[in-house]
Amino acid sequence: MSYDANHAPSAHHDEHEQHGTETTMFGFWVYLMTDCIIFGTLFAVFATLCHQFAGGPTGKELFDLKNVEIETAILLLSSITYGFALINAHAKKKGAVLVWLLLTFILGVSFVCLEISEFSELVAHGAGPDKSAFLSSFFALVGTHGLHVTIGLIWMVVLFFQVLGRQGLGSRMMTKLTCLSLFWHFLDIVWICVFSFVYLGSVV
Amino acid sequence: MSQNHMTSHEGESHGSYGSYVVGFVLAVVLTVASFAAVLSKAFSYWTTIAVLAVLAVVQVIVHLVFFLHMGTATAKKRMDLFVFLVTVAMVLILIAGYLFVLWDAQMNMMSR
Amino acid sequence: MLGKLTLSAIPYDVPILVGTFIGVAVIGIAVLAAVTYFKKWGYLWREWLTTVDHKKLAVMYIILGLVMLVRGFADAVMMRTQLALAYAGNPGYLPPHHYDQVFSAHGTIMIFFMAMVIMQALFNFVVPLQIGARDVAFPLINSISFYMTLVSAILINISLFIGEFSNVGWLGYPPVSELQFNPGVGVDYYIWSVQISGIGTLLTGMNFLTTIVKLRAPGMKWMQIPVFTWTTFFSCIMILTTFPVLTVSMALLALDRYLGMHFFTNDGGGSVMLYLNLIWSWGHPEVYILILPAFGVFSEIAATFSGKPLFGYASMVFATGVITILGSIVWVHHFFTMGAGADVNTFFGIMTMFIAVPTGVKIFNWLFTMYKGRVRFEGPMNWIVGFMITFSIGGMTGVMMAMPAADWVIHNSLFLVAHFHNVIIGGVFFGYVAGISYWFPKAFGFKLRDVWGKWAFRFWFVGFYLSFIPLYAVGLEGMTRRMNHYDNPNWHPWLLVACVGVFVLAAGVCCQVIQFVFGAIDAVTKKPDALDLTGDNWGSGRTLEWSIPSPVPHYNFARLPVIRGLDTFHIEKELGRPAPVGELEPIHMPKYSAVGPILGVFALVIGFALVWHIWWAVIVALLGAFVTVVHRSANLDVDFYVPVEEIRADEEAFAQRLAAAKAAE
Repeated sequence: MSYDANHAPSAHHDEHEQHGTETTMFGFWVYLMTDCIIFGTLFAVFATLCHQFAGGPTGKELFDLKNVEIETAILLLSSITYGFALINAHAKKKGAVLVWLLLTFILGVSFVCLEISEFSELVAHGAGPDKSAFLSSFFALVGTHGLHVTIGLIWMVVLFFQVLGRQGLGSRMMTKLTCLSLFWHFLDIVWICVFSFVYLGSVV
Repeated sequence: MSQNHMTSHEGESHGSYGSYVVGFVLAVVLTVASFAAVLSKAFSYWTTIAVLAVLAVVQVIVHLVFFLHMGTATAKKRMDLFVFLVTVAMVLILIAGYLFVLWDAQMNMMSR
Repeated sequence: MLGKLTLSAIPYDVPILVGTFIGVAVIGIAVLAAVTYFKKWGYLWREWLTTVDHKKLAVMYIILGLVMLVRGFADAVMMRTQLALAYAGNPGYLPPHHYDQVFSAHGTIMIFFMAMVIMQALFNFVVPLQIGARDVAFPLINSISFYMTLVSAILINISLFIGEFSNVGWLGYPPVSELQFNPGVGVDYYIWSVQISGIGTLLTGMNFLTTIVKLRAPGMKWMQIPVFTWTTFFSCIMILTTFPVLTVSMALLALDRYLGMHFFTNDGGGSVMLYLNLIWSWGHPEVYILILPAFGVFSEIAATFSGKPLFGYASMVFATGVITILGSIVWVHHFFTMGAGADVNTFFGIMTMFIAVPTGVKIFNWLFTMYKGRVRFEGPMNWIVGFMITFSIGGMTGVMMAMPAADWVIHNSLFLVAHFHNVIIGGVFFGYVAGISYWFPKAFGFKLRDVWGKWAFRFWFVGFYLSFIPLYAVGLEGMTRRMNHYDNPNWHPWLLVACVGVFVLAAGVCCQVIQFVFGAIDAVTKKPDALDLTGDNWGSGRTLEWSIPSPVPHYNFARLPVIRGLDTFHIEKELGRPAPVGELEPIHMPKYSAVGPILGVFALVIGFALVWHIWWAVIVALLGAFVTVVHRSANLDVDFYVPVEEIRADEEAFAQRLAAAKAAE
């Protein structure tokens, strides 16, 4: 081999990262679509199992719509706070980006906390995921969404410190922030379907 | 890696404070409408489900347009849209297919 | 500390496994010792294990796929010999529990770790070269994909020697795969190895779809994309739309087994038939994911060896698209007997029959490509003729089974087993072998000895019919699949013939091994007529990959090709190759990275620890993977430039070889 791909001097030209951005964004979008099918499948599973109570409690008896309203409000708010972070990132206002990211993070954490408390309350009342097929599919679907939100939050922390650090708001960082924004807004879309079909649909 | 010389995404829309706020207001209105449709108990079961479905679809579109900036303006956006539509088609095939097949089997085997 | 893992999990009381273990250990130690003796560890690590070069990853995929082919084939030999013996009171040499693991492992390995792996090898090697790209869209993710595939293959082989493998067939149907009926670790090995390899495949699908959409050479329009790349495109779309469904079905089965949930159990309101719908709405598209690239290979080979453009390029592309759509809405034909009513069965039966239409279009296209062409029956071309005959028969038995009334009679009989081997061996496997021999000179710069390839084909072709036509017969006589022994005297002669067939197939495998060994000898001794100097080894290559040197330089194209329509390279040969335009420029390339192998190790630990319930190891490995990813994300030193001098030297050497070849003519 006439070259050494491990030790060659590295390329530091921003132009290449510019070219890569569109490709990266498309690739991430394609990944998100596979995630969308994961959720779609979980919705299909829920749709087929949502009446299999096996003598256990029904959604009507279990779900606290107050909680769902608060969760929905939090997620919607976090969507625009993240949007504002991105606008500021395009304007290269580092401080504002960090503030909006922090705000989004706090909203996201409170969502996850609410969901955990909801789940633990259900389990404490004997309505855990092993009670019936309905509850299994409920926990799997809503839990997968919660897991995604958690992963999004961890990602946000990493990006927060990278923006603070030497990556600043360069083009590579912008790509990452935009990918996370797609991810975050996508989770909102999933949540729309969750509160419409899982919570409200069960309570009707 | 390096050959996309003709592509540039300068000037790509990433929204403004105004568009995010508009999207947010629309989303809030639609969410409140969904909750109200259920809590008011104004409609019969299947009507409520249909109302929920319509509101959800509209709200998903609002989010797609205002937060994910989807559209048909450029070739890049059309490709994104194509991938999205393929995905939606697959999800619909799965949901409709499972319900159709399993409901039919349950009816046929008289297990429900 | 070690969860469920104890010394009793090691099956030292099973002689077959102990013998296998000794064999694997001897070969493994020999390989490791050889690497150490020749001081190649550094070379191996720097040039291969950390590579992000799609061509090297393709070679590693091929090696993995061929090793797993031998492993899966050994299972096949065991099954056929068992059924030749286990007749009329003779129990054979495989007890039922062991036999069940053998057929489960055979199916799982052949689909996930042979076919999918060789398919990804072809994607990796061919697609960037055909579209004039210098690498895939995400080279590092490409390396991660490979390691996910590799470690899941390792995990499934660990199950041979620690614990047991699944004994419920290659799709793990509940309720037998539920904890209640299967408390051992076999199904867990199955779940996690499939799950990890599924992640790798999903990443590959994302990577290659992005590559084809975004990295085509400037000016390559959609309808100028070579057919193999088109089939990869559609195959990737199916990977992306259906592998998430596999992920979900495996995850839900795992939730049932690990957390006592009730998705597919008989109690608690679970639905077994939901699992069948889930797994087959992945499983049926999966066979199209496998066969479409094989169709692409045949299209390339038919055109090259007939000296004619492919007949009906556009119809080929549209037929592939139609198969992609129809393939997603036929899954119920795998379980017509589930008890659905006539409307469900009719819909899915008719949709299934429809698929024969675009597939028939393709068969006719290949025939018309050969028609009035100057057909050269070199190695790759043999496979395609064998394919057209065999695959047509397999397709027709498939249409027979698409009729629900007929399917009720032959469902889960050996007729079905014969049918899908007919299409998978006759279609997928023949296609991949043809593809390997077709692109081998491009990858390594020397040809394989054609005569051994032809003998391999003859043995495979004859062996296939000897092995599987008898299975059609016993299937119609009522023999169900997965039987360990039987008493029916009518079946025995057929199964003896099938057993002979499997040894003819083994002769074919031997010929392939010999072909590679001779190839290596020719390469080392630099046998003059084996070397490929011009890059256009077959003399009639049409697509871009034949326009560059063999083996391909690591940056693929010194100058990005200018696209002149479909089959640019053929047009250039007809009109004379234009002098290169413009100065050479430094080429921007990704650096190699250890992230792939490191994540692979963590994934292996996670899989193994989940199987044995070693929770602390799962957490540690997850944290390790997280740290690795974050560390990579903070690493700005990920790329470099190939200097112009190096490219110029390569180009001049290639020009000299071309001139010498021309003078020799």
